[in-house]
Amino acid sequence: MSKRIDVSDLNVYYGDFLAVEGVTMAVEARSVTAFIGPSGCGKSTFIRTLNRLHEVVPGTRVEGKVLLDGQDLYGPAVDPVVVRRQIGMVFQRPNPFPTMSLRDNVLAGIKLNNSRMRKSEADDVVERSLRGANLWNEAKDRLDTPGSGLSGGQQQRLCIARAIAVEPDVLLMDEPCSALDPISTLAIEDLIAELKENYTIVIVTHNMQQAARVSDRTAFFNIAGTGQPGKLIEMDDTTKIFTNPGEKATEDYVSGRFG
Amino acid sequence: MTTSTEPATKPPGRPRRAKVRPGDRNFSWATRAAGVLILIVLAGVAAFLVREAIPAFRADPAEIDGGEGFFAYVWPLVFGTLVAAFIALIIATPLALGIALFISHYAPRRMAQGLGYVVDLLAAIPSVVYGLWGIQWLAPNVRGTWEWLADNLGFIPLFAGPASATGRTMMTAGVVLAVMILPIITAIAREVFLQTPTLHQEAALALGATRWEMIRMAVLPFGRPGLISGVMLGLGRALGETMAVAMVLSTGGFTWSMVSSGNNTIAAEIALDFPESAGIETNTLIAAGLVLFVITLAVNMLARWIVARREAFSGAN
Ligand SMILES: Nc1ncnc2c1ncn2[C@@H]1O[C@H](COP(=O)(O)OP(=O)(O)O)[C@@H](O)[C@H]1O
Ligand SMILES: [Mg+2]
Repeated sequence: MSKRIDVSDLNVYYGDFLAVEGVTMAVEARSVTAFIGPSGCGKSTFIRTLNRLHEVVPGTRVEGKVLLDGQDLYGPAVDPVVVRRQIGMVFQRPNPFPTMSLRDNVLAGIKLNNSRMRKSEADDVVERSLRGANLWNEAKDRLDTPGSGLSGGQQQRLCIARAIAVEPDVLLMDEPCSALDPISTLAIEDLIAELKENYTIVIVTHNMQQAARVSDRTAFFNIAGTGQPGKLIEMDDTTKIFTNPGEKATEDYVSGRFG
Repeated sequence: MTTSTEPATKPPGRPRRAKVRPGDRNFSWATRAAGVLILIVLAGVAAFLVREAIPAFRADPAEIDGGEGFFAYVWPLVFGTLVAAFIALIIATPLALGIALFISHYAPRRMAQGLGYVVDLLAAIPSVVYGLWGIQWLAPNVRGTWEWLADNLGFIPLFAGPASATGRTMMTAGVVLAVMILPIITAIAREVFLQTPTLHQEAALALGATRWEMIRMAVLPFGRPGLISGVMLGLGRALGETMAVAMVLSTGGFTWSMVSSGNNTIAAEIALDFPESAGIETNTLIAAGLVLFVITLAVNMLARWIVARREAFSGAN
């Protein structure tokens, strides 16, 4: 399952606007990598290039290479739909499908791959995924109720369950806790620590304590000013970034001395 | 911290109330008045229909057109009304769905705008013009198709031959109605599809859905209540459409065959017969109008029920 990602010289555009420039980084398999940086520096934009979701916005494009265990995701013969089936994503705002039951939400990705699945098999997937997302106990008696009936934290764990149901190689999370209360946030952080055993996880976070708590490696992005492209300033072991970063800008940001 | 300077007890006789602003008050009054006005008009129309229809229900069956009483007179008209509207819906709904999806999710933006504009224009054409088009152009051109249906599927009562030589059949009327209701259904479907939250569309795409799968997972379920409303509005128009049907259809008595002349709809019957009617004939036509009123009401209630049935899954919360 779990695969590594190598990005080289990535430029990301919205139309003519260069939003992220020249990113080169390596993300290890079975680890948690955190992206931190001020608002608007392109963290969301960049993470969305890792599963080729960036290009669903009209007029956008990407230059450079993203290798998943050596295979270039932006190669000419690569189907973005297939890429997205291998790389799961959890969004900032919980987005379970409101028209589907909890069960159907979990199975949504699986049904895309093979629509004919025996019920017992499907039941197993639902239970395994919901257990994996620490939601089974809360959800098992209401699998046929709509996903929108859950609390925000539960909805986000449902989205994680939906993402891991297809057993992706990588799990991308864009500020998964920023719409949640502290208790739900802790629940998700615990979950990330467990998921790391099996998945390569990339998480964008605004919360520096969270980055320090959950991640092995941290990448700091920054932007020189509005209209300027976001850049990767430095990437290192999380402890190093938070105690002894190589760049002045990183130190200012993690210590809170930042505009 | 500042300490409160308000007295601990309020002065007597002046209960605290939110200040009513004149704008709020006027607006609330105006909306209420509009609501009441609609109810009054509706009740007035219903009362008129019932009052004028009662003589037709009470009359000696021999006096009613056809000589066998009101029920025998009206059921073929009800049949014709429902069938014409049904044919129109069967043709228009998938077409409208396709056009709306194309505009909202497939066409390049420039083209989508142009196409949306053209479809909206269809709604601005008066029904007399549709009637003319139906007689002059459509009927002669579809005649062959109906003949083919009669020859090859004639064993189905709906397509039993001989096909009309003029092409002015229920099927043709249904096609004209379909074109007429297409813009309403398309416009509403397009609007609701465009309102599908990006969040849910991206959720589907991120799971590896193709565009069509994304539409099936996120767009169609989200747009379903709106789509049903659109279809019901279209159905309402098709049920009540008078002029186009009266012009296109070569009317006649009841027949199962939709490809030969015959049948009529309530609205067209009223339009065609009303000018020369008097006495109990007029009452009979108004009673038929009452029946149409009830059918339309029933259709709307059915639509509401369908939409409400799965409210919890609608995505409205
Ligand atoms: N859909 C879009 N169209 C055009 N520009 C965008 C779009 N989304 C984001 N941007 C721009 O890209 C830059 C990076 O944004 P984003 O990736 O959302 O930053 P972050 O997630 O780090 O806060 C910002 O300047 C933002 O205005
Ligand atoms: Mg962001």
